[in-house]
Amino acid sequence: MPRIPEIPETATVAIDSPVVTVRDLSLHYGSTQALFDVGLDVPERQVTALIGPSGCGKSTLLRCLNRLNDLIDGVTISGRVTLQGDDIYHPAYDVIELRRRVGMVFQKSNPFPKSIYENVAYGLRIAGETDRRVLDEAVEGGLRSAALWDEVKDRLQESAIDLSGGQQQRLCIARALAVSPSVVLMDEPCSALDPTATSRVEETIAELKERYTIVIVTHNMQQASRVSDYTAFFYLGRLVEMDHTERVFTNPRLRQTEDYVSGRFG
Amino acid sequence: MRGFLRSGEPFIWLAGSALALCLVMIGGLVVVVVVNGLGFFWPSDLERLELADGQVLLARTVDRQEIPGQPGAFRVQAKVGNRDLYGLDFRWIDEAAIARRERPAAAAVFERLEWGDAHGYLRRVERAGVTLGQGGRAWEALHRARTETAALQERIEALEAGELGAVNAEIEALRLERRRLEMSGAPAEALAEVDGRRDHLWERYEELAAELAGLRDRSERYVAFLQIDGGAERPLKVAHVVRAYRPNDMGPAAKTGLYAEKVWEFLAGEPRESNTEGGIFPALFGTVMMVLLMTLAVVPFGVLAALYLREYARQGLLVRAVRIAVNNLAGVPSIVFGMFGLGFFVYGVGGTIDRIFYPESLPTPTFGTGGILWASLTLALLTLPVVIVATEEALASVPMGLREGSLALGSTKLQMIWRVLLPSALPGILTGVILATARGAGEVAPLMITGVVKLAPDLPLDGIFPFLHLERKFMHLGFHIYDVGFQSPNVEAARPMVYTTTFLLLVVVLILNLTAIVVRGRLRKRYAMTAF
Repeated sequence: MPRIPEIPETATVAIDSPVVTVRDLSLHYGSTQALFDVGLDVPERQVTALIGPSGCGKSTLLRCLNRLNDLIDGVTISGRVTLQGDDIYHPAYDVIELRRRVGMVFQKSNPFPKSIYENVAYGLRIAGETDRRVLDEAVEGGLRSAALWDEVKDRLQESAIDLSGGQQQRLCIARALAVSPSVVLMDEPCSALDPTATSRVEETIAELKERYTIVIVTHNMQQASRVSDYTAFFYLGRLVEMDHTERVFTNPRLRQTEDYVSGRFG
Repeated sequence: MRGFLRSGEPFIWLAGSALALCLVMIGGLVVVVVVNGLGFFWPSDLERLELADGQVLLARTVDRQEIPGQPGAFRVQAKVGNRDLYGLDFRWIDEAAIARRERPAAAAVFERLEWGDAHGYLRRVERAGVTLGQGGRAWEALHRARTETAALQERIEALEAGELGAVNAEIEALRLERRRLEMSGAPAEALAEVDGRRDHLWERYEELAAELAGLRDRSERYVAFLQIDGGAERPLKVAHVVRAYRPNDMGPAAKTGLYAEKVWEFLAGEPRESNTEGGIFPALFGTVMMVLLMTLAVVPFGVLAALYLREYARQGLLVRAVRIAVNNLAGVPSIVFGMFGLGFFVYGVGGTIDRIFYPESLPTPTFGTGGILWASLTLALLTLPVVIVATEEALASVPMGLREGSLALGSTKLQMIWRVLLPSALPGILTGVILATARGAGEVAPLMITGVVKLAPDLPLDGIFPFLHLERKFMHLGFHIYDVGFQSPNVEAARPMVYTTTFLLLVVVLILNLTAIVVRGRLRKRYAMTAF
């Protein structure tokens, strides 16, 4: 039996000029509490991985960062989340604007039943962009960033549904990038992909961090160690430890983290 | 035995036979309708029957059966025609009473505008007492006379539908204008001015009527004389002949040609003889137009309602209650919807429209009586539950990921619904539309009290401004079947018409459905769901 501390401790590392800050964030689904006083800073142009066993709240936290939890009936949230200094849960804050600044890639690829071109252009179209040149550039830029351009440039008008699973997921990345967000959230983006497609997506992530701040939720600890700069370990709705990835995986400060990353439980 | 039960075979047999029974019944329905309906137009031979009592008849045998209570003895049902002479089109004749049967080549069928078919031999054709041709040249003369009368008939129809119709409409408009002026207390000069215009139109009307009478007179001068077996020569106005032919003298190719001609007349022509002869184009047109209007009304309405129920409303007790109510609505007998349509649409909405917009034509109702608009709206209400339920199902089957994907890109909920949700749900919505169309096209009861009539020669869509006449009454194939089959004075003559109309109604429903299915197939290809 793994030893689980009664009183949760939290160990975090100081981060200079974070893009996103989370303070005292608690979240309830009805009467069930899913997050407990989470405090976290997301460093700029780095990949931050959120790890932890199923149901630990990592995906819930991720969905707090673009307020996607607002869609679920009965969710109550307390605490403070800021994006580049703006309080995103302030009543006057425009959630549409927030979601344009924070892109998201989901666990299951979810291309719209439209052409490849229209999928990538979607974010701009709904923002009211009609200039064909701007759209063309954004589509090409998004697809290039997601390393999909060479594979699809000759069939942009074909249905996105006909792409392979890995291509669909990169299309979803391209779609998120086409609106030039500040932060990209990824919710287990590779969990439904085969190893080849996974490594393509991981390569893409590595290239993206030069320009984007990325927060990635993953079940796969090897993936976290491969792609991320910082790793945050969650357990039972609490942030246990956050540090440089290397440190978390080789020399964590807390025993609980060590038990998890070394595979003793989880 | 236990092994057999455990193998699951009995259940497979049970399920298989249930399906087989369904197929047999559907197939049987189609076969009965097709056989009875399509044989109707075939120009079968005329037989000359000499009866033992000396009577001679020219007849087509349409049925043969054993005489009840007399095994081995048969009787035939013969269409003897000449209803003006015999009183009845059909007669049962015992085979034992027939002394001789033969098929004379000269025996001819004359389809008439009135009194059904005449069977006889053409003797001569006259124009105003002058013989144009007789004996061997009678048919040639008849042909020329018919060309003449057809040309005259065409002019008569053009005059009636064109100028005379326009003058009539103008006179009616002036009458209403006068009423309006009277009601608003206009000065006498204004009324006098309207009267002056009306009198002028009346003069024009008289002129046209005289011209029409002249044309009619000219066309009725042509008279054919038929010899009917066992009787004297009888005159027949050529203008009243729809078709004349000698079936015994025709080869299979000529008969097929005539068959095609009669099928075309059925599809494209106007009904005659209290709907038992001629075509059913107005009913066909009315059915299709009513279904299209109904679809136009029900789809936006139902889809919006389902969107609200599924996407906007809080999923609580109230929404569940509404959903149950909607489902129950689908089980309400259609005549109840008819009563509602009559009370609400016809008397309520229509009556109000009349009082506000057409006060001058009251007490004659314009919209306050049954019409294609009210019938379509009643059927739209009837099929609304189908569309709502299907749309809700379709919306529910769109993966949550698609909605979140759109919202996460910064779309508003409306943009998400319009650009992602509805396109993805469209095939499912169309399935609902198909079901609604099928139900709507086959419904008769509510229509009978909201706008369908036995005979409505004016189509709801024509060349007279404003082209679309939603207040007009219309004809419907379903009602036509009921009317011809059960309300006709000439039941035997009407029976094949019932089957033919039934067959046509089936074909119309099939075509409407196939169209929707093809559209849905196309959309499915375009908007296929994500693979996993």
